[in-house]
Amino acid sequence: MADTGLTQARRVAGAPTRRAAYEARIRRRSNLIAAASTAAVMLAVVVLVPLAPGWEAVQRSFFNGRVFVETFPGLLEAFLLDVAIFAWCAPSIALVGLVIALCRDVRAPALFPLRAFGAVFTDIFRGLPVILVIYLIGFGVPGLGLPRPWNSPYLWGSLALILVYSAYVAEVIRSGIDSIHQSQRSAAASLGLSEADTMRYVVLPQALRNVVPANMNLLIALQKDVALLSFIGPVEIFRQAGVYKSLMANFTPYVGAAVIFLAITIPATRYADYLMARQQRRRR
Amino acid sequence: MTAKLSLRGVRKSFGEAEVIRGVDLDVGKGEMVCLIGASGSGKSTLLRCINLLEPVDDGAIWLDGEDIAEPGRDPRPVRERIGIVFQSYNLFPHMTAEENVMLAPRRIRGKTKAALAPVVERLFTRFGLSDRMQHYPDQLSGGQQQRVAIIRALAMEPEIMLFDEITSALDPELVGEVLDVLRQLHAEGMTMILATHEMGFARELADKICFLDGGRILEQGPPSELFADPREERTRAFLSRVL
Ligand SMILES: Nc1ncnc2c1ncn2[C@@H]1O[C@H](COP(=O)(O)OP(=O)(O)O)[C@@H](O)[C@H]1O
Ligand SMILES: [Mg+2]
Repeated sequence: MADTGLTQARRVAGAPTRRAAYEARIRRRSNLIAAASTAAVMLAVVVLVPLAPGWEAVQRSFFNGRVFVETFPGLLEAFLLDVAIFAWCAPSIALVGLVIALCRDVRAPALFPLRAFGAVFTDIFRGLPVILVIYLIGFGVPGLGLPRPWNSPYLWGSLALILVYSAYVAEVIRSGIDSIHQSQRSAAASLGLSEADTMRYVVLPQALRNVVPANMNLLIALQKDVALLSFIGPVEIFRQAGVYKSLMANFTPYVGAAVIFLAITIPATRYADYLMARQQRRRR
Repeated sequence: MTAKLSLRGVRKSFGEAEVIRGVDLDVGKGEMVCLIGASGSGKSTLLRCINLLEPVDDGAIWLDGEDIAEPGRDPRPVRERIGIVFQSYNLFPHMTAEENVMLAPRRIRGKTKAALAPVVERLFTRFGLSDRMQHYPDQLSGGQQQRVAIIRALAMEPEIMLFDEITSALDPELVGEVLDVLRQLHAEGMTMILATHEMGFARELADKICFLDGGRILEQGPPSELFADPREERTRAFLSRVL
């Protein structure tokens, strides 16, 4: 009798453990439930939405296949302008953000004005809606009657984005700097390193690595906010979609633009999440 | 004989709390001095004051006849001459062991990697770590990390080394390898001050034991006297708790 327990506990080499078998069972069950509930929701959407009284009209003006195919290439082309604006803004933002973050960290009394400037800068540009800054700078500066090319909305619109996003990046970098334990600075100081060297070789490399995921998220937000420049002139994808909408009296181009944005932002967001999760794991 | 290092009436407060309350101490060249005392008695703070990581409030610290505690002095040249090793290693995690060791000599002495390589390699070999130079701190055991931290401080060729309970965070089986390093340094004539709970080690090697109590050196003397026949009741009580 006592034997059976023992034989049961013994297992063939390579066979799953009791826990592994149990966990596999649970996993199968949750997958099944998830699949069933997803199918039910999809079914409801597919069956119920077309029953809505306005569905016909919405389908015609938002999901018009012909319009989609006709306008999509033009939208893609306009999107290249978004990409270009993003591409020249991002490096400037990284640089200005870093400089502002360092300004806020200086301790020497002689450099207090720098420190105050950093604080004021971040307070102002984090405190304003992006669109407002774009309007003020994008319309205001060219309004001074500057000669070409200094009246270009690209220039001043980009500057607005750079200022706003630098403020956010600076705060992220500063939180990264703060997260480095005091004992690291102590260790560097004990070797006789200067404050500048300590920042450059000991604190910053660790801080910047820690804030990569947070900055990824800011980049994704920037990619979307580039579309706001359309309000001051540049014919990028959002404005182009508006042009098509008026031409064809149809909203499908906006859906096309949305598809293009999502094709970029969803993978990027997933990647940022992945980086964040990996960092959390490493910290434990 | 004038001492290599002399403390006279050293005081240090954090806010209202006076943590070091008038310490006098002489350390001769090549001597090993051990600071013992309960947790919170001020051992770490005293060591941090000596290499000016904490500015002292009052009193003098004479290094080769020069008062390094004078307010307003640049602490960096002193820190190059007095190395310190911490309980929690504090290696730079984003650098290899070798880069950790080379950073200060490169930045401060302006030496090149190539010029440093043989010196650094000799240090790693001397402390049994020649095969760990390219490892990152998280790939090393606690004992190995602590030895790298010691090498990092030694690379600046300090005249005095301070050690703050450097074996307290180690698993018991790793304590020996780090104490061996201290033994070796002592034999080579390094002047050192240790805060330690390793009473056996202190008794065996120290030239002088100082018992810290509430920020004061209550009693000091050679280990043979202080351990065998402490004058003060509080010293006796402390020793009976830890021995
Ligand atoms: N940076 C600090 N700020 C405020 N109080 C401190 C600081 N460092 C140490 N202390 C206090 O000083 C006292 C002595 O601490 P410490 O020198 O670490 O003692 P020990 O190393 O002997 O344990 C303790 O009461 C501690 O709380
Ligand atoms: Mg301590």
